[in-house]
Amino acid sequence: MASDKVQELTDAGFDAVVKSEQPTLVDFWAPWCGPCKAIGPVIEDLAAEYEGKVTIAKMNVDDNPATPGKFGIRAIPTLILFKDGQVVDQITGSVGKTQLIALIDKAK
Amino acid sequence: MKDHYELVILGGGPAGLSAGLYAARARLDHVLIEKGAPGGQVLLTDWVDNYPGFPEGLTGFDLVEKMTQHARRFDLNIELGSVTRVDPNDGMRKILHLESGEKITCDTLILCNGASANSLGIPGEMALRGKGVSYCGTCDAPFYRNMHVAVIGGGNTAIQEAEYLTKFASKVTVIHRREELRATKIIQEIAFANDKIEFIWNTRVSSIEGENEVEHLNLLHNDGTTSTLDVQGVFILIGVTPNNDGLPLQQLNADKWGFIPIDKESQTTIPGVMAAGDICSKEVRQIINAAGEGAVAVLAAERYLQNLKKSK
Repeated sequence: MASDKVQELTDAGFDAVVKSEQPTLVDFWAPWCGPCKAIGPVIEDLAAEYEGKVTIAKMNVDDNPATPGKFGIRAIPTLILFKDGQVVDQITGSVGKTQLIALIDKAK
Repeated sequence: MKDHYELVILGGGPAGLSAGLYAARARLDHVLIEKGAPGGQVLLTDWVDNYPGFPEGLTGFDLVEKMTQHARRFDLNIELGSVTRVDPNDGMRKILHLESGEKITCDTLILCNGASANSLGIPGEMALRGKGVSYCGTCDAPFYRNMHVAVIGGGNTAIQEAEYLTKFASKVTVIHRREELRATKIIQEIAFANDKIEFIWNTRVSSIEGENEVEHLNLLHNDGTTSTLDVQGVFILIGVTPNNDGLPLQQLNADKWGFIPIDKESQTTIPGVMAAGDICSKEVRQIINAAGEGAVAVLAAERYLQNLKKSK
């Protein structure tokens, strides 16, 4: 599985990515979060499947406090789908691949 | 994934990883199917102090890592996938329908699907999920630095998580519907000695209130009176529900909560189908008995496979 297909976002680079033409799914995570670790392989899988169609990205909330604060994130993993810089929808918790695909499909 | 295996293990928590270790060492033609990274609920546990062999204790993370490495040393085969339906197929090969649309068969099956946190089902809970409502202290505690949070529940998980939350929160209020805790004595002792933890006994939470995030809880005391409690977060830790979606519950004779009964050999009511860990109908849900049941289940699977070969 190609983990390099999941884009690492920082506070500084965040806006440019979510405002790009391609919809973006951002996985807000932290290294100390068990469920974040659990969904890791699913995120990598999605990144491979949606390559060129949807940007699959993740942001470490420890290293980047500004963006999670802006979106009121108080639980992780939280996955937010962006289109044209706007929040389309979000899910919190360790969800399955089907639920994530359903989320991504909302960008269509 | 192949079309057929002698043994399929569903789920990669302690039960599944222990079954995987035994299956790999028995050189069974096997696969362990896990929907994410292995670990299950242990990944939600900040600290494990009751698993023998680790006298200093260790994080849930580290224990899972060690269990996975251990089984992989004997070539445990783990595949990413999610089974949506199990068809026991009356004594024939069992059929597993995967989320991907694939269909595989197996001679024996060990259900280690585990369990997930219960929700309360009260007003405000769904709407404020992730906005102050949490089911995992270990995951979300750092978001509550110097805030007042509530923990609902009285078992080991609730009290251990309350203790963990005090590392971040300024105050932790445990709300419990009875007048004493179910948690193990040593966990209670530590919590009672922690002056950041306070208890509200004989009380239920009737609703969670807040505009965009949790602001207060409405409490209903057992004597019929009500009150409110201002908190910025609420952690709901009130036991678990089995992950039994797509399983033939009637044939498995599941109990009224959906947990699956097993015998001393970890066998279910369906020949060739074993179960282990938190999905089982039982009194005690600990890492150690989950692991034990996983091991026992593989021995039962081996016996079943031997008989199957003889009868051919």
